[in-house]
Parts: sequence; structure tokens; C-alpha cells
Amino acid sequence: MKLRLPFEWLVALRYLREGRMQTVLILSGVVGGVAVIVFLTQLITQLQAAIIERTLGSQAHIVVRPPEEVARRSLPPQSTAAIVQPRSQRLRSVDQWEAVLGLAADTPGVVAVSPVVSGAGFALRGTANQAIALTGIDTERYRRVVHVDRYLVAGRFAVGGPDTVIGVELAKDLGVTVGDRIRVLTAEGRDELLTIVGLFDIGNRDLNRRWVFVGIKLAQSLLDLPGGVSNLDIVVDDIFGADAVADRLRVQTGLQVDSWMQTNAQLLSALRNQSVSNGLIRAFVVAIVAVGIASVLVVSVVQKQREIGILRAMGASPGRVMTVFLLQGGLYGLVGSGLGVALAIGLLHFFARVYRNADGSPLFAPEIDSGIALGACGVALLVGLASALLPARRAARMDPVQAIRT
Amino acid sequence: MNAGGTIVELQGICKSYGLDTPVATQVLHGIDARLAEGEFVALVGPSGSGKSTLLNIIGLLERPTSGRLSIAGRDTAALGEADLTELRGRTIGFVFQFHHLLPGFTALENVMMPAIIDRGLADAQAEARARELLAHVGLAGAERKKPSQLSGGMQQRVAVARALALSPRLILADEPTGNLDTKSAEAIFDLLLQFNREMRSACLIVTHDPRLAARCQRRIEIVDGRIVGA
Repeated sequence: MKLRLPFEWLVALRYLREGRMQTVLILSGVVGGVAVIVFLTQLITQLQAAIIERTLGSQAHIVVRPPEEVARRSLPPQSTAAIVQPRSQRLRSVDQWEAVLGLAADTPGVVAVSPVVSGAGFALRGTANQAIALTGIDTERYRRVVHVDRYLVAGRFAVGGPDTVIGVELAKDLGVTVGDRIRVLTAEGRDELLTIVGLFDIGNRDLNRRWVFVGIKLAQSLLDLPGGVSNLDIVVDDIFGADAVADRLRVQTGLQVDSWMQTNAQLLSALRNQSVSNGLIRAFVVAIVAVGIASVLVVSVVQKQREIGILRAMGASPGRVMTVFLLQGGLYGLVGSGLGVALAIGLLHFFARVYRNADGSPLFAPEIDSGIALGACGVALLVGLASALLPARRAARMDPVQAIRT
Repeated sequence: MNAGGTIVELQGICKSYGLDTPVATQVLHGIDARLAEGEFVALVGPSGSGKSTLLNIIGLLERPTSGRLSIAGRDTAALGEADLTELRGRTIGFVFQFHHLLPGFTALENVMMPAIIDRGLADAQAEARARELLAHVGLAGAERKKPSQLSGGMQQRVAVARALALSPRLILADEPTGNLDTKSAEAIFDLLLQFNREMRSACLIVTHDPRLAARCQRRIEIVDGRIVGA
């Protein structure tokens, strides 16, 4: 004989087995609910992560720029009319950028800071020419801000001296590849002959056509910005905390500081809306599952009324009778959520096979975050216990004489 | 425990229902009675005379409205719900009119249940005792059967075995033979008598059957909530 279970477990498990149909039905309800929650949460989390990664993969989380130049009225106050023309913004350096860089690097939450010199120019080869965005960087520092190596399709990512790294589209337009030379010309009238050492593909045609990476010194001389940088690119550890870090830097430096959250406000609100609707779906599913468990147990308590009376007559205290029903609710939640997580894993594998990116790679990885899985099980357990509370109390408060007589 | 001791003592027990309503009814009017250890007593009376209520009060399932009740020398008025539950579980065994076995459990598990409740889980000792009791009531071999697979007489025998699981000092039986044929009823009654003799458990049996009542050591008769003959 293997029945060595504590009284409460023995009775709870036997009642679950006895009400086979009820148990199977409510369990499949819990399984379905948990599977939907885990699957949806995982799917949305992964898709959002992929979208953010794609958006932020090629841009800094925070960009520090010199303040915009504004035109001020210099007429005496009693003059009657004036037309104030907005000023055109010329390329300027961030004032005392080394100090700002030090300040930014010491700000909590900041992972890396990279000085960047960027401006407009033209790339020429033979009769072909293309408008480009000249970006002067320090290879090592920039690597920590944008994972350029990940996008590299040929050569290596190392700029400095006459070495440059350009996008695949620009290379195609100019008919060049790694090892070839191109001439770069800027509006300042300076030009330089560069050697291509690497090609990248960021996955955005426009950026692939326009971005040209060169060493910071070369960019400074080409853009006539000796010793200066046009902006500082910053990466933070918590991407959704970028706004807070940006606000702090703005106050501290008086410079123009933009976070990705401001420049991608629409994307962000779309992601937020998605999260809110996911939260709503979750709340409704949890509520429905809770009502389901509670109603099954209420029926069970009524069905078992006489047995509860007998158990009480045999010396079972109200507390232990209550435990019997709480256990049933908890088991519904725990077993249901375990199976639900398993079902969600199955669903993810299935949909990962069905939905693919344009390049054939899966749209999302069919993996379950253990935090989400454990969280779902924990919530299901609590919901099970909470929904059992009312029926269990009813069972515990039953008058044994009345219960046996009915 | 001396055989001459008192297991149940009732002094002026009254019970009323619906005291907070305008139609309060008094069911028991000052019952005085005493049950010695090992006594075998019949409780008789017409329907509605208050027999079952009295049995429930002695069984600690209901509290009297007034009066004093001692079980095994302990004044029950002073005990809280938890103590009452424990006293009930350890001292009293119930046999109900309808067997009231737990349908989801086997005959063996049903007989083990009082021990499981008392000790928290089923141990080897409880199982051995339950097998012994089942054999004693003539159900060796039926351990694994569910109540629904047993006849009415067999079910009631399982219920008797269950009542004896913890060797209680007091057995309360509410018309234990009420829904059985004469032969099965005799058998159940014989079993109770036998255990009473062997284990010195006091027995209080509610019965309508004058023949069975005549076989008890003593009769307590109540009519309209009053003892009319003892």
C-alpha cells in the first residue's frame, strides 16, 4: 500500500480523482488560460525585443548635440516691428566635449559613450558620385555603442587614417569593394582619398547607401571641425530608462540631449499599446480561470456536504476541512499551469516554424523565459488558492449535524 | 480507567432551536442521565422525541442550550471548538443510520480514516488495525472494495469497524440497523455487543426495534424531550 499521504492531501487528491469529469474540464480551462498567457507574453516580449533591437541596433540610445542657434532681437525695445528669421544651423562642435564625455560616462546607467563627428559630403569614383553622411568615429568606443561588427558583411570594422567602412548599397552604386579606393568631398571644399576596408549591411537601404565611417581625426579635418565633435552617442543599460538619463544630462550640461524614446515616440507608443492590450487579455483570462475554479469547487462542496459532515464527526477540524479544498484549488492552478507552460512551448515551436522573417530566419526564438514560466505558475497557484478560499470557508463552516442529515 | 467509572454524565440538558426567532421550539427539557464505562444502553422513544438531538449533543456535534455535559470526566462547556473536535475524534465512535462511508475510498481506507485524521497520515499500525477490524466484522478480502461494491449489510459492518478504529471509549449508534433486513440487523447488533464485551466500549444505541432494545443492559426512554423511563 502506498497511501502514506497526509490526511489533507489524501482526501484532496481523492476528491479530484473522484470528480474526474469536473477535474478534466476545469484543468483544461486552466491549461488553456495559462498557455494563452505565456504564449502571448512570450511572443509579444520577443517581437518587441526584436523590434527594439532592430531600431536601436544602428543608433545610440541617447545623442548629445550642441544647442541649436537661435536668432535674438537686437533692436531697441521701443521699435514697432521686426521680422526675426530663424537661423540656419551650421555644423558646430559640442562645447568642451571632453568634459561632457567624462560627465556622461560617470552618470549612473550609462554603459558607453562615443564621440562622433558627422557631416554631409560626397563620395566619388570615376563619373559616379553619391551624397553621403560622413561619420567620424573611434573604432573601439563606437563598437560599444553600435554593434557594427554584427552587420559587417566583408572586410573588418577598423577605421583610422585613410581606412573607411561603407555600406553595401554605396559600394554597389560606386562599383567598389573591399580594397578599392574612393574619393570623399565635403562642402568645406576638402577632399581625401580613402581605402575601403569593410562593408556593412544594417538592413536599411538608405543607411547602407549613406553611411561612411572614417577615423575621427580625418572627419574633423574634412568637416573643418578641428579638435571638435558634432555629437556624443550614449548607450544605457536600461533602454526604457533612457529618458531619465537624458533629462539629467540635459539639466547638467545645458546641451541638446535626445533619447531614442523621444526620436521614436511613435514606435514607443505602439509598443506600449501592445503591452497594455496584452495586460488586459491576461487580466481577463486570469479572472475567467478564477471564476471557473471557484464555481467547480462550490459545486464540489455542495456535493460533498455529507462527507464533510462525516469527516468532522470523525474528528477533522474545520481548518483541516478548509485545507482539503484549498489544496484542490492550488492543485488545479499548479498542475494546470505546468501543463499550460508545456502547451505554450509547443505553440511557440509551431508558430516559430510557420512565421518567418523575409530572410527565412524565424521571426522569434521558440524559447520560454523561465521567469515568465515560473511567474505564470506562481500566479496560477495563487489564483487557484484564492478562488478556493470562498468554497473552502463554506465547507469549513458547515454544521456537521446539518451536513450529515441532508 | 476503572469499569465502574462514568463516561457520559448529563445534568439538566436543555436544547432549543430558533431562539432568535418568534417560533422557538424546545426539543429537550432537562435531561439527567449517566452512562457508565462499558455499559450497553438502548435509547428509545417515538419519532421526534429528541433522541437524535440528544445523541448529537453527547457526540459533541451540537452544544446544549443549557445544562452540564461531561464526557470521560471533562466538562465540555469549558472546551473550545478545537478541543471538542479532538475529544470527539479520540473518545467517540459514530455509527449512523445510513452507513455514511466515504464513497471515494476503499473499505480499508474508510476504516483507517479516523486514525489518519488523528495522526495526520496513514501509518502501518493504522493499516494493521483496520485489516484486523475488517476481518473481525467478517469482511476479510473486501479491503479493496469501494462502498458501492458492497451490500447494505456489508457497508454497515464497515461503518461499525470504522467506529472502532481508535478503540473509542464510547460508541454512539443512531439507528444502526434502521435500513437493514432482520438478519443483517441482528448481525450488526451482535457485532456491537461483541465489541462492547471485548473492548469495554460503552455503547448508546438509538433503536426502534423493541427486540433489540430488550437485549440491551438498560433502556432510556424519552418522550417529548423528557426521560420517562430508565
